[in-house]
Amino acid sequence: MLTTPSLRRLAAAGLALAAGLTLAACSSSSTSSNPLGGGPASKGSVVIGSANFPENELLAEIYALALQAKGVKVTDKFNIGAREVYYPEIAKGAITIIPEYNGALLTTSVDTTSTAASTSQVDAALDAKLPSTLEILNPSSAQDKDSVTVTQAFAKAHHLTSIAQLKPLAKTMSIGGPPEFKTRTDGLIGLAKNYGLHFKAFVPLDESGPITLAALQDGKVQAADVFTTTPQIITDHLVALADPKFNFAAQNVVPLVYKKGVNSLIINTLNAISAKLTTAGLLAMDKAVILDHASYSTVATGWLKSEGLPY
Amino acid sequence: MVWSWIPQNIGQIGQLTLQNAYLGIVSAMLGLGISVPLGIICVRWRLLYPPVLSIASAIYAIPSLALFVVLIAFTGLSDATVIIPLTLFSLCVLVPNVVDGLRSVPEPVRQAATAMGFGPLRRLAQVELPVAIPVIIAGLRVATVSSISLASLGQLIGVSSLGYFFIDGLQRDFPTEVYAGIAMVIVLALAADLLLIVIRRMLTPWQRRRAEPMPPAVLTPAPADRDLAGVS
Amino acid sequence: MTFLSFAWTWLTSRQQWHGADGIPIRLLQHLGYSGLALLVAGLIALPLGVAIGHTGRGAFAIVSLANIWRAIPTLGLLIMMVVYLGFSPLTWLIPLVALAIPPILVNAYEGVLGVDPDLIDAASGMGMTGWQVLRRVEIPVAMPLIMLGLRTAAIFIVATATIAAEIGTGGLGRYIIDGLASNEYGQVAGGAALVVLLALLVQVVFVGLRRLVVPAGLRRAART
Repeated sequence: MLTTPSLRRLAAAGLALAAGLTLAACSSSSTSSNPLGGGPASKGSVVIGSANFPENELLAEIYALALQAKGVKVTDKFNIGAREVYYPEIAKGAITIIPEYNGALLTTSVDTTSTAASTSQVDAALDAKLPSTLEILNPSSAQDKDSVTVTQAFAKAHHLTSIAQLKPLAKTMSIGGPPEFKTRTDGLIGLAKNYGLHFKAFVPLDESGPITLAALQDGKVQAADVFTTTPQIITDHLVALADPKFNFAAQNVVPLVYKKGVNSLIINTLNAISAKLTTAGLLAMDKAVILDHASYSTVATGWLKSEGLPY
Repeated sequence: MVWSWIPQNIGQIGQLTLQNAYLGIVSAMLGLGISVPLGIICVRWRLLYPPVLSIASAIYAIPSLALFVVLIAFTGLSDATVIIPLTLFSLCVLVPNVVDGLRSVPEPVRQAATAMGFGPLRRLAQVELPVAIPVIIAGLRVATVSSISLASLGQLIGVSSLGYFFIDGLQRDFPTEVYAGIAMVIVLALAADLLLIVIRRMLTPWQRRRAEPMPPAVLTPAPADRDLAGVS
Repeated sequence: MTFLSFAWTWLTSRQQWHGADGIPIRLLQHLGYSGLALLVAGLIALPLGVAIGHTGRGAFAIVSLANIWRAIPTLGLLIMMVVYLGFSPLTWLIPLVALAIPPILVNAYEGVLGVDPDLIDAASGMGMTGWQVLRRVEIPVAMPLIMLGLRTAAIFIVATATIAAEIGTGGLGRYIIDGLASNEYGQVAGGAALVVLLALLVQVVFVGLRRLVVPAGLRRAART
């Protein structure tokens, strides 16, 4: 029955099947495999996630490299999306560690009514209100806050230094920001409540990225939520308006972890990182990654090395 | 264009290429696995074919991002959310090809097989399917190339693929990354296309001497149009 | 079915139908992007495809084009345009047009090329000039494939216009991208549902258009 043409056909089918299986095996063991459907990561091996903007990916890379240097097995799941998307995943343990910003975490996902403003107030509120599966480790002094930012020309024309001064102007202005800014408590809602601002329009842009910056420059929006460690604030001469009423709470970089997925080695390593992380250092790294297009791992390694941390 | 970026990040490029390839190829293969039996059924029971075709045509018109989104409710943000829609699209392309391929077996050939004592199952496996292979593989090529390209969209819902380079490149205003991503998707898709051509040649040695006319399946959503004209 | 219930709740809430982010405006934007792109692509690709099919040259280029166009990642192309052109109307128009040209071109070419040579012979035998043969024989006979090319292109454009929201355009894709960012599945589902409906509508319109445009005799012949 096994004539030569049949054999050849079988061989061809076998080739295709082998290729397919190899591919499947390769990618399921690759570190980009998707754990978001599964349960908690096993002890000693962690899943590090990141939000969908470069600075967060950089921070996640720093955590990943330091932990790997200490012998921890790391799987990365970067560029997931906004907090609204990844928070449920870490709450159930599909992600173990994610770099967070304490104030934003608090008002977005943990307690939308919180009025905590300073670092210690925010941390205390988080410790009290986070679900029992999660905890935050030590905060770093580095902060990356949301802001209401305008161009230098606009600030000069209206003599602006503070958000409060926007009150008479707001109804003629379009404000832009990441899509979630529209519904977040410290977004449009907070600006209305704390400063009485009612804007003419909200334009959904991106996460303080090129779309947002272009919209400001082109006049598509007169103000935008630009994250304060965005390097283009300096190069584009933008002005982040002062926030005297603490609409945007303290936003220190802090690791958010799934308690069952971490041990003391992991905790100590991450705390050591937070102890050394400053706003200036973060801004410098952001500049390297975003403006100079350096690779995340190179910049992360460089920073870890210069701070005497494991890499 | 920062050429040095490529060797520096070759690990990540390779990893995401494999992931993208996995998503695209698995989808096409699953589509094949479903469309062959489905096609055989549609040939056997002719009345089934027009409705199957209309449904396939309708599904194929749906933008892939929308289908990914529909799946999120069922499969979350996992690989399956990308694989299932891409499998459906592959099905839409492949079923008409399977049917056309099987129908294209010349009647004398079929009769000769029966005369030689082949039962229907054996005739299917040893005569009709082999003759249909070129047309089926033509459809598989379209399905595979499309699936690989569309898999990159998965990054918009957080499913790792070469699409990561597009999004990161956009956020950092880094053209090199974007070009690299585009190039890898195209290279991957064309490599898969080539592999399928090679497989077809191995499976159909009797066709080696003949020149290859361009199959209409390459251009159309589903060569459903011919039959749709009759149905609509 | 969770998707349907989310979508229904969102779609039937009154606020979705008002304002700058309302469904009517987003729908109009989407139709605008798609219509313009299809028009421009058609104006470029139809004459070109018919001409190449009529003269019978350039077959190799056409084959290569057909193979490559499905491989091009649309999101990548859109973002590449942003990197080159910043954020202007051309940024989304060029990729939409570029991706719509191949199906129109290739199908027009195939259509005209596939006209039975005997028909052409008969026509010239009747005294028709090259132009007349083209206009009165080749194009009508090629109509089914030409319409198929336009339909494929239209569907592809509607899909790509959805993705373009990622680079800041309006349109129905806005609901999907914004909803994903805010994890508001209702918005995502509603947006996706609208896109699906639009795509099916385009499908139906083109099938109807085909009935109008393809000569009845050809439709009957296609049925056999």
